Amino acid sequence: MNAQTSFDKAQPLRERLPEKLVVIGNGMAGCRAVEEILARDPGRFAVTIFGAEPRVNYNRIMLSPVLAGEKTFDEIVINTAEWYAENGVELIAGDPVDHIDRERKTVVSRSGRVEPYDRLLIATGSDPFIIPVPGRDLPGVVTFRDLDDVDKMLAAAEQGGDAVVIGGGLLGLEAAHGLSLRGMKVTVIHLMPTLMERQLDEAAGWLLKQELERRGQTILTGADTAEIVAKDGHVGGVRLKDGRQIPADIVVMAVGIRPATMLAKTGGIECERGILVDDHMVTSDPDVLAVGECVQHRGQCYGLVAPLWEMCRALADHLTEQKLDGSGGYQGSVTATKLKVSGIDVFSAGDFSGGDDGEDIVMRDAARGVYKRLVLRNNRIIGAVLYGDTADGNWYFDLLKKEEDVSDIREGLIFGQAFALGAGALADPNAAVAALSDDAEICGCNGVTKGKVVQCILGGAASLDAVRSGCKASASCGSCTGLVESLLALTLGDEVQAGAKTMCKCTSFGHDDVRRLILEKELRAIPQVMQELHWTTPDGCASCRPALNYYLLCAWPGEYEDDQKSRFVNERLHANIQKDGTYSVVPRMWGGLTNPRELRAIADVVEKYDAPMVKVTGGQRLDIFGIRKEDLPAVWADLNAAGMVSGHAYGKSLRTVKTCVGSEWCRFGTQDSTGLGVTIERMTWGSWMPHKFKIAVSGCPRNCAEATIKDFGIVCVDSGYELHVGGNGGIKVRATDFLCKVATEEEALEHCAAFIQLYREQAHYLERTAPWIERVGLDHVKRAMFDDPEAVKRLAARFRYSQTFMQDDPWAKRAAGDRSDLHSHLATVVPAPTEYA
Amino acid sequence: MQAKWLDIGPVTQIEPGMAATLPVIGGDEIAVFHTMRGEFYALVNKCPHKQGPLSQGIVHGDSVTCPLHNWKISLRSGEALGDDEGCVPTIPVKVDAGRIYLLREAVVPAKAALQAEAA
Ligand code: SRM
Ligand SMILES: Cc1cc2nc3c(=O)[nH]c(=O)nc-3n(C[C@H](O)[C@H](O)[C@H](O)COP(=O)(O)OP(=O)(O)OC[C@H]3O[C@@H](n4cnc5c(N)ncnc54)[C@H](O)[C@@H]3O)c2cc1C
Ligand code: SF4
Ligand code: FES
Repeated sequence: MNAQTSFDKAQPLRERLPEKLVVIGNGMAGCRAVEEILARDPGRFAVTIFGAEPRVNYNRIMLSPVLAGEKTFDEIVINTAEWYAENGVELIAGDPVDHIDRERKTVVSRSGRVEPYDRLLIATGSDPFIIPVPGRDLPGVVTFRDLDDVDKMLAAAEQGGDAVVIGGGLLGLEAAHGLSLRGMKVTVIHLMPTLMERQLDEAAGWLLKQELERRGQTILTGADTAEIVAKDGHVGGVRLKDGRQIPADIVVMAVGIRPATMLAKTGGIECERGILVDDHMVTSDPDVLAVGECVQHRGQCYGLVAPLWEMCRALADHLTEQKLDGSGGYQGSVTATKLKVSGIDVFSAGDFSGGDDGEDIVMRDAARGVYKRLVLRNNRIIGAVLYGDTADGNWYFDLLKKEEDVSDIREGLIFGQAFALGAGALADPNAAVAALSDDAEICGCNGVTKGKVVQCILGGAASLDAVRSGCKASASCGSCTGLVESLLALTLGDEVQAGAKTMCKCTSFGHDDVRRLILEKELRAIPQVMQELHWTTPDGCASCRPALNYYLLCAWPGEYEDDQKSRFVNERLHANIQKDGTYSVVPRMWGGLTNPRELRAIADVVEKYDAPMVKVTGGQRLDIFGIRKEDLPAVWADLNAAGMVSGHAYGKSLRTVKTCVGSEWCRFGTQDSTGLGVTIERMTWGSWMPHKFKIAVSGCPRNCAEATIKDFGIVCVDSGYELHVGGNGGIKVRATDFLCKVATEEEALEHCAAFIQLYREQAHYLERTAPWIERVGLDHVKRAMFDDPEAVKRLAARFRYSQTFMQDDPWAKRAAGDRSDLHSHLATVVPAPTEYA
Repeated sequence: MQAKWLDIGPVTQIEPGMAATLPVIGGDEIAVFHTMRGEFYALVNKCPHKQGPLSQGIVHGDSVTCPLHNWKISLRSGEALGDDEGCVPTIPVKVDAGRIYLLREAVVPAKAALQAEAA
């Protein structure tokens, strides 16, 4: 018998016949538990394992490399048939247990075998979740859980063709990778906007998507499956809720797993989401234990192997009444994940929502495709996301699990273990930079050495900006900004001047640089800008997101997809938010003109929706107040029906074109100012701009439309049109500057379009034309428009091109049901009726 | 017996970086946030400054910027960040099997038992 067992003297000695332990589930947890028990007390139990799969225990996580062709099944077997024999473990493979009879303490298998137990261990793992869409039962729809699934995928891949993987999490992406290596054309359909959203933040998810697309996979995010369509009785394709249809010869469902609790539940063992266990993996029945993915411990269910190992140790300690670890049972696990796709390094651990006192340390190296983010709280790492370079993942994870205080190594932490724990001097970045030789390269993008940077600084460049323009160091991607700042500090000490203002605290670049780099580097999405320009926060802030959204929209007309979550509420809801949370609605009245039909429609809306106020605005149109967000689409539908569109009273966009009566009626009028105003408004409405933009056309120099305090003003005179720019009647009144005089309406329109485009392309976000012109000077504007005789034409052409994408009424789309989520409540919570009884 | 947690539907109904509203009859409207990092939070939908609807703000990190006067509110604690002072009640949220749950007793003043009705 076993020498290790310690007998409690108070207990009567009994004949120690081995107890009977039955294990349900021949998977990773079930077998490991048996191994742990054998290691502690080999003679203690007579073990019988039931396995639903007709094979020995293998390393399930290596199914991905098997699918990808990097491993064979034999290479991933954990316990061979000999192992079972040598250890006296009886394996009943291919015969699942169907029933647990706790009264009689037996289990009954599918083949009818009845096996008595003293102790029962449930280790049934999880079942893949199948989304309940039509067609889910078609042949060719598979899950990714066991070897049989892999065999089905391999059989499909032999035929080639199209594979659709539903689910862009760890499992789905590993399946997609394998199928793609096996020669299939793969499309991944993912419900959420970012891949692996449970493990990765937006920045890392975006990098991953880019890389997979580069490898030839099609990744559809924000895509909701409606149906799996059949072709000749087999899978033929997948139809999405938005109507798109993707051909498929095989569909892999990898949308998630559910703990396999059915057997336990019908056996009368307490379950919630998983089988409830205590710290010793004991269920509600003291003789029944459970381990692995099927359990729920302290409210948590796990889907990774690391926690299972810990559970198995705690379980074995308990069953053999000893503690090899000296631990007090299972305490729950913090987990880390890695994606097993060769050539793509992704690591994620812990919690990456830092909280109030949480701080982010972000490092981006666009050239190497690296993104690293650590989340700290109280000087301890609580989360980590690494993309592109995961070498330090385990080190970070270790610091995280040990809750180690990292204050001393904080400076160099993000650069990894070697750097942070290197020679003391290295942990101080300034000292490290001082130690570099003069010909060490500082800026890789522009090939600038330390010597050159120092020379430039000694030559008078006393700020980051000055260095950037002086020797180009840090002027491209910005990843060496820290090094340049160190050199400034080392060279000048306190004399360093603060640079021009950066866009916000998330970046070291100013607005102009960001706009320039978006074009130079052809950056086309917010996460891409953040990655390539080394944003220091993971997802920006309320001031840079809307700015970037606008810059991208302006840079890539027709291509860039507007990002609603980066829009201020007014622009998201196409109405002005009021102090009480309701909205005001201002339909466009072209040039201030209206008619009975429009007025009637407005009157009807006011009555129908009980609007508490309707008012003539300072912009020559009517404003309906007090509309609830839920009613907006219906209000717009009513206004649309009378031919009215959004007035953009809420937008950083064209607001109003104010006109006077002009030559049609006025005894002084020199030109048709009203008509011209309407034409201009038709040309310019819908355009997004750095800030709001107002236009006016006056029929004569009496200037009743106040054209000389507008962003663009036209004063008609006998001989033509005087064009004025940069006026503002708001906080700081500024009269316009005279730009030029033109002879015809066409020229006036062309110049208006050109000026707007120049403003759109050059001003900083939230800078109106008045401060913009004050900053760059009227001369700059004139030179940009007139030095080259073709400039006006080119600018105007760019404006008109971008307008081809902007001039569909946002209200009409919403009235037709677009983004109804923005206008509805999730649900309404009402007191249950019985409460009133 | 009413379950302790109130099921308010699938996680997919709120896109990351956005929020949605949940009116409560006899109580305060709740704003449910889904951060870009994939976390869910719920707050009473009233800014501690002048009751602005926080659900309509821009969400970044785990805070929201109020649409009315740009106060920054922590989604974790409901507290105003920076120099501003004030706090809005938070409602415990849990996500389980792809669904969002709110702690029932925090949704409205004690007594009233609740149920969510799809709008
Ligand atoms: C409705 C209206 C007042 C009215 O009842 O007449 C109005 C209402 C608001 N104005 Fe205005 N402005 C209105 C005409 C004006 C005018 C007169 C004009 O356009 O001829 C001006 C001065 C002219 C100018 O802009 O140069 C004007 C200068 C401002 C300013 C200061 C802008 C500046 O550059 O200094 C702000 C603040 C801002 O934009 O940051 C502002 C901001 C606002 C906001 C949007 C405040 C806000 O951010 O919520 C107000 C929205 C009220 C609401 O809840 O709907 N409003 N505002 C007018 C709408 C015109 C329209 O039909 O769209
Ligand atoms: C393709 C793939 C890749 C993965 N990659 C990783 C990874 O990289 N890292 C990581 O940590 N985790 C990974 N996992 C998850 C990991 O494999 C699981 O966490 C682990 O296998 C869970 O162990 P378990 O014993 O609880 O369940 P399983 O290993 O699934 O074992 C349960 C066994 O019980 C059997 N069974 C079920 N019901 C009965 C019954 N009634 N009677 C008899 N037998 C029954 C099942 O057939 C199964 O063999 C991956 C999973 C898959 C599928
Ligand atoms: S002047 Fe001030 S109070 Fe009046 S509408 Fe404009 S922003 Fe509001
Ligand atoms: S009401 Fe929120 S900031 Fe004023």
